[in-house]
Amino acid sequence: MTAAVEITGVSKRFGDVVAVDDIDLRIDDGEFFALLGPSGCGKTTTLRMIAGLDFPTTGSLKIFGHEVGTLPPNKRPVNTVFQNYALFPHMNVLDNVAFGLRMQGTDKATARSAATAAIGLVRLDGMERRRPAQLSGGQQQRVALARALVNEPKVLLLDEPLGALDLKLRQEMQGELKSLQRELGVSFVFVTHDQEEALTMSDRIAVMDEGRLLQIGTPEEIYERPVNRFVADFIGQTNLLEGTVEDGATVCLVNGARVAARSDLTAGTRIALSIRPERATIHHRDHGTGPDAGSAVDGEVVAVTYLGNALVHRVKLDWMEIEVREANDPDRPRFAVGDPVTVAWDPSAAALVADR
Amino acid sequence: MTAVGGVTQPRGATRWLLRANTWLVYGFFYAPIVLLVVFSFSGNRNVGVWGGFTLDWYRDFASDGNVQGALRNSIQIAVASTVVSVVLGTAAALALERFTFRGRQVFDALLYLPIIIPDVTMAVMMLLFFAQAAELLGFSKGFGTITLSHIAFNISFVSVVVRARLAGMDDRLEEAARDLYATRWQAFRHVTLPLIMPGVAGGALLAFTLSLDDVVITQFVTGPGWTTLPVYVFGLIRKGVTPLINAVSVVMLLASMALVALSLATQRVRGGQDAIDARVGPDQGLP
Amino acid sequence: MTGTLPPVDVAPPEVEEDAAPATPEFEAASLRQERRRGLLMALPAYGYLVLFFALPLLIVVVYSFATRNRFGGTDLSGWNIDSYRRLGEPLVRDILFRSVALAVITTVICLVVAYPFAYYMATRSEAVRNLMLVFVMIPFWTNFLVRNFAWRVILGTDGPLSQVTEAVGIGETRLLFTQTAVVLGLVYGFLPFMVLPLYADIERIDGRLLEASRDLYATGAQSFRHVLLPLSMPGVIAGSILVFIPSLGAYVTPEILGGAKTTLLGGYIVTQFLTARNWPFGASLSFVLMAVMLTATIVYFRKGGRTL
Repeated sequence: MTAAVEITGVSKRFGDVVAVDDIDLRIDDGEFFALLGPSGCGKTTTLRMIAGLDFPTTGSLKIFGHEVGTLPPNKRPVNTVFQNYALFPHMNVLDNVAFGLRMQGTDKATARSAATAAIGLVRLDGMERRRPAQLSGGQQQRVALARALVNEPKVLLLDEPLGALDLKLRQEMQGELKSLQRELGVSFVFVTHDQEEALTMSDRIAVMDEGRLLQIGTPEEIYERPVNRFVADFIGQTNLLEGTVEDGATVCLVNGARVAARSDLTAGTRIALSIRPERATIHHRDHGTGPDAGSAVDGEVVAVTYLGNALVHRVKLDWMEIEVREANDPDRPRFAVGDPVTVAWDPSAAALVADR
Repeated sequence: MTAVGGVTQPRGATRWLLRANTWLVYGFFYAPIVLLVVFSFSGNRNVGVWGGFTLDWYRDFASDGNVQGALRNSIQIAVASTVVSVVLGTAAALALERFTFRGRQVFDALLYLPIIIPDVTMAVMMLLFFAQAAELLGFSKGFGTITLSHIAFNISFVSVVVRARLAGMDDRLEEAARDLYATRWQAFRHVTLPLIMPGVAGGALLAFTLSLDDVVITQFVTGPGWTTLPVYVFGLIRKGVTPLINAVSVVMLLASMALVALSLATQRVRGGQDAIDARVGPDQGLP
Repeated sequence: MTGTLPPVDVAPPEVEEDAAPATPEFEAASLRQERRRGLLMALPAYGYLVLFFALPLLIVVVYSFATRNRFGGTDLSGWNIDSYRRLGEPLVRDILFRSVALAVITTVICLVVAYPFAYYMATRSEAVRNLMLVFVMIPFWTNFLVRNFAWRVILGTDGPLSQVTEAVGIGETRLLFTQTAVVLGLVYGFLPFMVLPLYADIERIDGRLLEASRDLYATGAQSFRHVLLPLSMPGVIAGSILVFIPSLGAYVTPEILGGAKTTLLGGYIVTQFLTARNWPFGASLSFVLMAVMLTATIVYFRKGGRTL
């Protein structure tokens, strides 16, 4: 099957700054795909290159098998939902939505009826005559969506589409976008810096940093098997315990403690062990029921935060502090600041990540 | 953000003084204008002395061939210089706000100079320039030289007003249009142009006003048969004040007011402020 | 949001023709094309200003080094700096000094009057503020000649001002054709140039800063001196330049309100061209005026000013 978007060896330089550094990316038809990373990581530039708003410096960019890297935006079968929407303030909702069809030469009546249908699709019936300034943020977002979708693009690009909405509306829209995408069966490529949003919505995620593509995978793969420190740290919260590979089954932590960790890395490789706070457990040290020493470290509780449904314990080890998050279960023992404890984890829950 | 003093209001004497100062300033602004209007209806030949109500001076105005001719000249020059400077100034604004090109900074600075240059200097410049040009090409001064000079300062004012408007416009809108299958021209025609229109209109009104107001530069580059209204009135004032000047002044005053009203109406948005900002350049009418 | 779009009578967009993959050469070419577009757009205005502004400016400089011949014409030969030497003559020095002094006085008066005015305006509610602004704009847009003429009417012998002062028993005022009248006319003409940049700057200041200073034990005067004034300094400088430059070059106002004994720079320059026919000297005087303006502007921008 041809990919909806296929990017091969694409780089983008602005003067001396390398915004995107030799990336390869394949987005399948009908996929909900997220470009995730901190600001300045090159995700928006990548999206703009797909849209045609920036030309790559080098590389090939194909949409359904057609090379489009050097085509202007109006000659590409993709549409964009812009950050802050970029709705035309001097046109009403109907004319905003009909704009793309009009520019393609569709007659006014047809364009308007198609626009009306698209406005219905995003549930804004009756708002056709309003100006963008008279709409709420959420409504503007829907208009932007209708304005792009009415053209039946082969790929829909979304630049931080939910960034300007408040939390509740954002969560609501996440669900709606997802179901809309499923109905239409069109690939959505969206840019976000919000890892939670990316995890919730996407079929696959590409994590970027400093212009490079670090990892592509399903949310689960990215969360459970991050390839390096950056990805582990950026997606969700994690504890990174540094150490060196001793053999295929053991890692020596910086304090000299040996813990079990499977890898096929050569002995002596510097790595970090990523342990999610919710995958670790905390135990009183003096209780004989202590866990297997092969995947545990000793420390002292320095802070306990009560979150209602969970408890977060900050534990001070000899060389660093880590966090352990446990469900608020009345049957579990409680811990106080100063308690000597052992923090343990299931070896399969600890991911070995490249130190850099 | 809270506006200044939206909260911290000065109290007591300071407050009273501030208020008094404000009323005095407005009195200072408007008393002369009001008195001018009042005395234009005065029957006394001495312009500052009341002598009973009369419309004689307006009748004189309406029947004075010199005044009428000068008014016609002024309007023709103002229209011609406005049209040209709006086109050139808008293109310049677009180039500076939306493109980078070689010589951009020099152009930016060059565009700024006519706004801040004292108009006596500009008048001298144009006089010497046309003297040289006339020697080479052999033309006589008049409509052409005045209009060319007015365009030279009006381009800058138009471009300042339009640039302010463009700077306030999200350039993603143009990208959105391109993304929605518009060609460059379509994006300009359907998105950029309608959005900067208030700025263009504001710039045009400003250019028109400045052209109508100018005395000094015009006086230096005018030729036989091309006396403009301000130049004519200035000449009259220097010869001696007559009540006819009162009437002419009131008519000019009304024209200015009409232009202000028009400019406020066309751009209740930000454009109005742009026009004020642009007008904060010394070249207005000028001493 | 569920459902599908009804089919439209138009084919969905397709790639008409495959393009070439991106190369640095293509990128550079498209950048060059973009630049060419910008230049092309600027070119008419650019060319116009070079021809009808920069060139005339250059001609003024050239003339200032030329020689005046016996017939009142100018010989573009025998280059010399005599015109600039004449700047040191007592008569010329007096005129320059008087012009600068009047321009400074005008600027100071405008600043003293406009600052509290702008502050008061900035502290009103938005509706009042906008209304006040409109009423500053009206005189601002009003024909300059007319506004000067109005003072001629007011200050004239037996004019309204004289009648008032006589009525209250101070006796007749004889202000017309004095330097005071010129300053009055200049202040009247240029006060809005001071008000607007000051207002723009003061209005932008976060009111909480003043509250904070008061909270930190500043008196009203101290919070003005240490918070309000420094924050509005760009407006003070911009306004001062905008009043000073045209006041220094003023020609219409002194001509209408000033007397024969109060020749100022602007009028003196005009005389060199229209009556004395000493073009090189007139050109050098214009150049001096322009140099002052340029210096003031450059200093302002160097000090971080953004707009004038």
